[in-house]
Amino acid sequence: MRAVENALGITIPDNARIIRNLITGIQYVQDHVIHFYHLHALDWVDVVSALKADPAKTSALAQSISDWDKSSTTYFKAIQDKLKAFVESGQLGIFANAYWGHPAYKLPPEANLMAVAHYLEALDWQKDVIRIHAVLGSKNPHAQTYLVGGMALPVDPNSQNALNVEGIALIIELANKAKTFVEKVYIPDLLAIASFYKDWAGYGAGVGNFLAYGVFEQDNVSNTTNLYFPRGIIKNKDLSKVYPVDQTKIAEYVTHSWYEYPEGDGKSKHPWEGVTKPNYTGPKPPYEFLETNQKYSWLKAPRYEDTAMEVGPLSRMLVAYASGHKRVKEVVDSVLKKLGVGPEALFSTLGRTAARGVETLVTAEMLLVWLGQLEQNIKRADLQIHNNEKWDPSTWPKEAKGYGFHEAPRGALGHWVRIVDGKIENYQCVVPSTWNGSPRDAKGQKGPYEVALIGTPVADPNKPVEILRTIHSFDPCMACAVHVVDTEGKEFTRIRIV
Amino acid sequence: MKIPDEKELGFMEKLAQKGISRRDFMKFCTMMAATLALPASFAPKIAEAIEKSKRPSLVWLEFQDCAGNTESFLRASKPTVVEIVLNLLSVDYHETIMAPAGKQAEKSLDDVVKNQKGKYITVVEGAIPTKDGGVYCCIGGRSAVDIVKEVCGNAMATIAVGACAWDGGWPAASPNPTGAKGVKDVVSGITLINLPGCPMNVQNLTGVVVHLLTFGALPATDELGRPLFAYGERIHDHCERRAHFDAGQYVRQWGDEGHRLGWCLYEMGCKGPETFQNCPTIRWNDATNWPVGSGHGCIGCASPRFWDTMTPFYRRLPKVPGFGVEATADKIGLGLAAVTAAGVVAHGIARAVKGKGPEQGEKKE
Repeated sequence: MRAVENALGITIPDNARIIRNLITGIQYVQDHVIHFYHLHALDWVDVVSALKADPAKTSALAQSISDWDKSSTTYFKAIQDKLKAFVESGQLGIFANAYWGHPAYKLPPEANLMAVAHYLEALDWQKDVIRIHAVLGSKNPHAQTYLVGGMALPVDPNSQNALNVEGIALIIELANKAKTFVEKVYIPDLLAIASFYKDWAGYGAGVGNFLAYGVFEQDNVSNTTNLYFPRGIIKNKDLSKVYPVDQTKIAEYVTHSWYEYPEGDGKSKHPWEGVTKPNYTGPKPPYEFLETNQKYSWLKAPRYEDTAMEVGPLSRMLVAYASGHKRVKEVVDSVLKKLGVGPEALFSTLGRTAARGVETLVTAEMLLVWLGQLEQNIKRADLQIHNNEKWDPSTWPKEAKGYGFHEAPRGALGHWVRIVDGKIENYQCVVPSTWNGSPRDAKGQKGPYEVALIGTPVADPNKPVEILRTIHSFDPCMACAVHVVDTEGKEFTRIRIV
Repeated sequence: MKIPDEKELGFMEKLAQKGISRRDFMKFCTMMAATLALPASFAPKIAEAIEKSKRPSLVWLEFQDCAGNTESFLRASKPTVVEIVLNLLSVDYHETIMAPAGKQAEKSLDDVVKNQKGKYITVVEGAIPTKDGGVYCCIGGRSAVDIVKEVCGNAMATIAVGACAWDGGWPAASPNPTGAKGVKDVVSGITLINLPGCPMNVQNLTGVVVHLLTFGALPATDELGRPLFAYGERIHDHCERRAHFDAGQYVRQWGDEGHRLGWCLYEMGCKGPETFQNCPTIRWNDATNWPVGSGHGCIGCASPRFWDTMTPFYRRLPKVPGFGVEATADKIGLGLAAVTAAGVVAHGIARAVKGKGPEQGEKKE
């Protein structure tokens, strides 16, 4: 959508910009909380240990870190009883065959019980707060409202079939509910859990180069750089300098990917010239492992200036931090201070997980600010939600090309389009998990996941919860395969990260 | 007096132990009866059926997918996903939300397939690539084709959720480079029901599961394998903007007066007149809204091969005559019948005709 708007030189109305920010904003908040509690927490939280917790001590712990009202002894006792009944049913479902009791779990039973309670609360919370997507964009998942040139949500305070005060009131209620949970549950839990795992500030650093396209437009210029979370690049963990992003320096290799380029696989291609032609050369399934000196992945290997880049909340927060973003700097510094670590701790598994929390809080704080901007426009009787000038393809030039940048919750997302005679000639997406999960390139350079895993201690190769911690910290968009290879190159375990 | 042990406790008492009140439970059963288009008097029967059963195992497979149906599953509100996972079912394998990984995760799946043969429910999300030996989607070194045949082949029933698991969806859109197909075209001879949509609406999934638990069989389907309770009627016939269609009041441009007043989106490409699903009645996200309700047309995501057949999304449906006044509604209905794809239930058309209320007992074509 942004790629086409860029190709055709379309400026969207201010209301559409704000609605897009609101939809993206609540998505960050909801998605990051789900990631923390439901896709990542069980790497740190031992559910079974929670059965041994003293509910009174759990209550004391919870009240010492937050004034969240669900923190009584009775409440935690009820959660523990529910958990007990579940475990005693003998049907453990999604919690069966996990790593409970593993020596890498460090939380006391009380912290585990508190986290289990919040795991369940977050499940209920997330389905509710994301109703903002339904108000603004029909439904979640897969909102149906994005248009080239604007949004499909009519805005009119005097209609019952448009965004009116009733809809705005619901958004306010849900945005407050979202922010309160982040402030009183997610952030305190994150800090409490992180304090037991500070050694993880020393693992999982990754490639040390960070790319952020930036997000939350503050004006309606196509591909504007006036963004609330800024655009930029950090090289070699050096926070003293932020480099600008030049999209022409992005290119993808297929040397180790199951694709082929007409001119051979040794050179990379810019997405406007990109080619996606499958060329599977791997073993016939079923197979035990893949040879990494050959092609071994369905992901291409994106590079910036021929260098592997990490993308995601950590990249966005580092670029904001190094750019002097006031609020991000305040929150990052306060998190570092509370954990008693320096900024170097950010380059780690723990830093990645903490940065996601920082971003959630700062984004949650902005939801009502953006809504306020929308209200101001409505007050001025600006109800425009779509720029119709180029809606009809007959108004388009014979040829056009464009690119659009976005920041998905899990990282930098770029689309490139070439249009000829009103139709797509080529369309390429370079998505966050191809940056982070990238296979090696023609020079043998490793991607962020692979580098991040080097040096991670694994207590029990058959139960590699430590590997999950680092891989999950990236919020991978896949049930992806990871091979752990010992120093002799002998594969000793195969892990499916789910 | 003897104190009853755990086994002798009734289901309600067990639920109470888990913190679920009888009132909440009955509310859920009544809601399910409504979703399934059953009289409210069925609620006790549903309750009785659920009371008796050990939580049935459910395994959830993902192939060529975006996890949109998983996300939809997490949005469940009646019952919530917490209630489903802890009380209603035993969700034994679900790659996105399960705690174990790797070999331990594979063990969870193996345990169900081997130990509960013929007793578990499989949910499939995503398309299955069949070209070139299935190399385009492998999990743990096994092809999706191989996995789906084994897991669905041993299940009591399979529920294909979302457009992709139904007929290949987006991966199967022309030119379908990976030979992507839906479950129905990959595994034969299984008990299968389909919940197309992009994604499926989770209320329909819980409806199917409860129907299965209550009656021991899947609900009745149309010839495309979709349950009638959810896909039996046309969106157009239950659309809150239908009166504007009949009155010839159409949105002409995004943001125009008609758009702000909630007029019909047909001119903007709405596929409601050709799409069969219960979106207008059950809506989305705890009944908060649905596409037409927020000013965007239906894209026909529950229709066969919708990426090929329902695009361009913003071009109005062809061959539908007139932007008529009520007098021409007859013609509009007839015109639609002519373009409705073979096999698509067209029984809603009579309802497009004003004043023919009594004809609502139509049969499928």
